[in-house]
Amino acid sequence: MTALASAKDTEMVVNKNSASPNRVIDIDNLSLTFETNDGPVHALSDIDLKIDEGDFVSFIGPSGCGKTTLLRVIADLERPTAGSITVNGVSPEEARLNRAYGYVFQAAALYPWRTIARNIALPLEIMGLGKDVQQHRIKKNMELVNLSGFEKKYPWQLSGGMQQRASIARALAVEPDLLLMDEPFGALDEIVRDHLNEQLLQLWAKTNKTVVFVTHSIPEAVFLSTKIVVLCPRPGRIYDIIDSDLPRDRNLDIRETPEFLKIAHRVRDGLRAGHSYED
Amino acid sequence: MTDATLTQGRSTSPFAGLMSGTVGPVIVVVSAIMAIWYIAAVALNTPFQYDLYERAGQTDVSTSQLITDTLAQKKPVLPAPHQVVIEIYKTTVEKKITSKRSLIYHSGITLSSTLLGFLIGTSLGILLAIGIVHSRVLDKSLMPWVISSQTIPILAIAPMIIVVLNAVGISGLLPKAMISTYLSFFPVTVGMVKGLRSPEVIHMDLMHTYSATRLQAFWKLRLPYAVPYLFTSMKIGMAASLVGAIVGELPTGAVAGLGARLLAGSYYGQTIQIWSALLMAAFLAGSLVALIGVIEKLTLKRMGMNR
Repeated sequence: MTALASAKDTEMVVNKNSASPNRVIDIDNLSLTFETNDGPVHALSDIDLKIDEGDFVSFIGPSGCGKTTLLRVIADLERPTAGSITVNGVSPEEARLNRAYGYVFQAAALYPWRTIARNIALPLEIMGLGKDVQQHRIKKNMELVNLSGFEKKYPWQLSGGMQQRASIARALAVEPDLLLMDEPFGALDEIVRDHLNEQLLQLWAKTNKTVVFVTHSIPEAVFLSTKIVVLCPRPGRIYDIIDSDLPRDRNLDIRETPEFLKIAHRVRDGLRAGHSYED
Repeated sequence: MTDATLTQGRSTSPFAGLMSGTVGPVIVVVSAIMAIWYIAAVALNTPFQYDLYERAGQTDVSTSQLITDTLAQKKPVLPAPHQVVIEIYKTTVEKKITSKRSLIYHSGITLSSTLLGFLIGTSLGILLAIGIVHSRVLDKSLMPWVISSQTIPILAIAPMIIVVLNAVGISGLLPKAMISTYLSFFPVTVGMVKGLRSPEVIHMDLMHTYSATRLQAFWKLRLPYAVPYLFTSMKIGMAASLVGAIVGELPTGAVAGLGARLLAGSYYGQTIQIWSALLMAAFLAGSLVALIGVIEKLTLKRMGMNR
């Protein structure tokens, strides 16, 4: 840019920068093979994937396609057998030790002997944060997931949807830039799921975190994501990567629009093609 | 309206209300045991009673007289419940606690070694379990010994422990407590190994994502998870400790303790004394286990685990 550049040009530069932000996850030619008694199982094969800061990426695919395994590799819960992966530019293990991510499991996995507030405090205690910081973060994140007033309740006193929100608050309390979510709403009914999907989008808009989200619901994937990764099984591999052009600011009504249906159609086609492979 | 009319309104059976609580069934079971006990006492004591009549030259004894006499023998084969109760009353309420004839005094002796042994045994059990859960080597090398230790009859090993400890100058409470320890560490070890391993994979994964150390995972996850298991195994361990303490008193020729009462009773054929000591031991075990139950309830309530 020259010194003569107009205000408009400068704005363009800013836009350009935000269009190619920092790389958060860089997966290159990654494979993971489990050795079992029945021989090797190729859970993941030749995965190439880049995820940038602020992306909302969904992994979608049928059971056994390796979507959860891929998420677990990012979280350093599994080790790849070939290829390379970096998270925030370092190995997944280092990223985990830096507490770079928050992980939300399929089940809420709250500790039954801890109140909701103390469940959210759990990672903070492990990090060795002071009591004041803990209290502040508990309050903030319980507000964020609309659970204020339930601090002293035990998990079994909450509904499934509220438990899962508490587990999201627990993941957020670590204040990670990266949120890894493994079918967090899979066990909930459709109405609660829609509601939580909307809340999750608002949360993402508010915090500008990078989210990697595993699901096997097409509407959920299309509604939430800026990037949809379609995986197919045996061996687990990426079939299609769809960059969604839906606006970031969306509500549930968008699911009726042609743009939404077009993306959903492409995802469905991908899932079908991936499946026909084994027929 | 009273409860009785309410009950009758709901059910055709007049006993339905009585049996729906816990009091009714308990009374029925206790009465059944008493009935069986009395019948058995009469039946078992009759032959000796006939001997007595023969020696005294008595004939034509009425059945009611026979029954009364069989339930009032001095050294019956099976003492009647009321004889045992009277004996217990005499040796607890009517004797000073310091008296050598007081059952409370003897219970106290046994109780002290039971509790000491239980304490050592539970601590040992927990420590072993922690080692076994955290180290594969300990798991492989220690667990077989832990199990085989319990295959040795306690009656065989109790005198050895007493003799060996005596030889190194340890006597009194500790050798008896060691036998209690020997019996009570086992259920605690097994229960705690199970408990410390019981956290679900998802909870362990969660700890991993937090990069928690093994120590943190132990304090914040494994140990709380194991608490219900600990209480269950402590109940078994407590009962085993009492057995251990009593058995420990037998081979030593101890002069005090419930075991000593049992031994003295069998020397002199004092069956009533034996039975009263037995009942006292059962009462002691029941109270101790109930006490652990109460502590368990309070603890789990504090932990928010009782629903």
